[in-house]
Amino acid sequence: MTDETVTTTGAPGTDAVDTDAGAETVGAETVGADVAGGDVAGGEVAGTSAADDGAAGEDDVLVTVEGIEVHFPIKRGIVLERTAGYVYAVDGIDLTIRRGETYGLVGESGCGKTTLGRGLLRLVEPTGGRVVFDGTDVSTLKGEALRTSRRRMQMIFQDPLSSLDPRQSVESILVEGMRAHGLDKGKQSTRARLVELLDSVGLPESALHKYPHEFSGGQRQRIGIARALAVEPDLIVADEPVSALDVSVQAQVLNLLEQLQQRLGLTYLVIAHDLAVVRHISDRIGVMYLGSLVEEASSDSMYAEPMHPYTKALLSAVPVPDPTVEDDREQILLTGDLPSPAHPPTGCRFHTRCPWKQDTLCDTDRPELRDIGGGHRVACHYAEDIRAGEIGRHEVEPELVHPDT
Amino acid sequence: MALLDVRDLGVVFKRKGTRPFTAVDGVSFSVEPGQTVGLVGESGSGKSVTSLALMGLLPKRGAEISGSVTFEDTELLTLSDKQLRDRRGRDLGMVFQDPLSSLNPVITIGLQITEVLERHRGMSRKEARVEAAELLDRVGLPDPQRRLDEYPHQHSGGMRQRVLIAIALACRPKLLIADEPTTALDVTIQAQILSLLSDLVSETDTALIMITHDLGIVAGLCDNVNVMYGGRIVERAARHDLFERSRHPYTHGLLQSIPRLNAPRGEPLTPIRGSVSDNIEWEQGCAFAPRCPNATDVCWSEPPELKADDGRMLRCHNPVALGDAVTEGAL
Repeated sequence: MTDETVTTTGAPGTDAVDTDAGAETVGAETVGADVAGGDVAGGEVAGTSAADDGAAGEDDVLVTVEGIEVHFPIKRGIVLERTAGYVYAVDGIDLTIRRGETYGLVGESGCGKTTLGRGLLRLVEPTGGRVVFDGTDVSTLKGEALRTSRRRMQMIFQDPLSSLDPRQSVESILVEGMRAHGLDKGKQSTRARLVELLDSVGLPESALHKYPHEFSGGQRQRIGIARALAVEPDLIVADEPVSALDVSVQAQVLNLLEQLQQRLGLTYLVIAHDLAVVRHISDRIGVMYLGSLVEEASSDSMYAEPMHPYTKALLSAVPVPDPTVEDDREQILLTGDLPSPAHPPTGCRFHTRCPWKQDTLCDTDRPELRDIGGGHRVACHYAEDIRAGEIGRHEVEPELVHPDT
Repeated sequence: MALLDVRDLGVVFKRKGTRPFTAVDGVSFSVEPGQTVGLVGESGSGKSVTSLALMGLLPKRGAEISGSVTFEDTELLTLSDKQLRDRRGRDLGMVFQDPLSSLNPVITIGLQITEVLERHRGMSRKEARVEAAELLDRVGLPDPQRRLDEYPHQHSGGMRQRVLIAIALACRPKLLIADEPTTALDVTIQAQILSLLSDLVSETDTALIMITHDLGIVAGLCDNVNVMYGGRIVERAARHDLFERSRHPYTHGLLQSIPRLNAPRGEPLTPIRGSVSDNIEWEQGCAFAPRCPNATDVCWSEPPELKADDGRMLRCHNPVALGDAVTEGAL
């Protein structure tokens, strides 16, 4: 019983703590660097334009992630701590993000998508694997080099209220990062830059002297976006950028993100649980399940023809605001819950809930993410057979339900 | 004869030193036996306060409730606490959003279910335990006998929500109120819970009030939908009518602003401008006027009434034109 307790509370717990810690890390860092960082980062500014015409050899790839792993130790004991096991939050993921594209990462809570985003920015330290950002191996950077590299990779957080310091005015929030990276070069130019930033996210100049609590949720998220933009990044990792917002405001922020991308040539990694949001904003989508990527494809191809059983189930579970679609939709209902990431199933991690599970391979061999044509990558031993209709869904395990019967 | 009839329900929160806040104003709707009625709106629209008022769960002090709520010829708002307690849990069940905070963390799941059965159905402890296991089995909890002796924290969010549904349905209520029952859950689990709810409701002929912000859920589940904005109902229509040709600019705007799985990629969304904080008071005019693309002078000066129009109830001076709406629906 105690065993179960630790694992169940352990996994989501770390996640929650992370959110705050992450926000603080960003803040603390920029403050600490305030004085010392000035001229070092000054050189970095010149580098910006160079980065734009681009790292020629690397094709158009901005970020390459190779076998990234983030394992959190589960500690037991009070005085004598020992490691009783690991939560395999992210367990070996390869992906590439091209310059100027939006890569969407979807999955349910506990699948490791947030940890992957943080691991990529080294807001949590990966326990294995490599992250190459624009030709530089970020995973080995230390100290000042790491700090300056952060200018080009920024993050937008889910909850704009807890990720903005309530006692800092908007001006101070925006200037902090610029100063840390040596972009604050005189009152006049900074002021002009701030006004430009606010304008680009659709806030009036008067916002500069206000505090976060004076804004609505959508406006706060705009401040969060402006803060990320302040240091002229190349990559923005947006972790659930709209899930804390009301439906009518979500669309405003999504449109803003798209406009900014077109204007500034930004690259996004958007992490979200809402498939419709991800589908709307992303060029390519990766679906995660229990710490690994199970499918990756272009947004259109993922929606038109999901190949992995989990993706199929996920897509069929999303409620569509159209009664006609809802009425004759065939749902693939998964049975049971997500297994604990501290004790992931052997073989394919989805085999315990998979309606297409076969007697061989599934529970013994972990499938590799492989290309099955057209850049559609899927981690399933039987993807082709399922597509060809040679393997049927199980009769017993899943429940097939039509909503209106 | 309607099972539940809500007439002119109003809730005003009063606190010393602050201006009274009208959370719900003039809300009227009815629920027939076995019917599923949706209450949709964004945060602050008053949908949850409406449900709490129906169940008598608002604080006695500070909340002023007006209007009438008739449940099977009984006026609920004037019942004494004791009479209300007899009704709640027996005739009226409720499922809340957050299953962890609605379950008592230090009492076993078994006890939390049998408590209801002993209290309302007069069962002995033994009978209640057998019935409780059956209930858990019906809501799809594997190995129900063992679950009875477990605590809420030992279960996942989806399983806890199943337990809550089991408790709510323990006395076969005639009306179940579900307040955002799946908002805290993942999509695949949400699909499980929604299908469970709709199965149970149709099996037992229970009426259901579904409160949610998710128009997708409503589209699949509800017979009738009430759209709330700023504490009032702004549009009420049958499911297909509402989604295929929404007439209120707010409903219309909401449907336009949702990213959809089946929409072609690259089409920008059409958001509703501004936010809820831009609202004007209903006494002055239409609360939605500052955000409304159709707003004219009359919207700023005269509060619209909820009127029957085009087979539905509509609170708007300048509804979305029929022609536009029909092409929208893609019939």
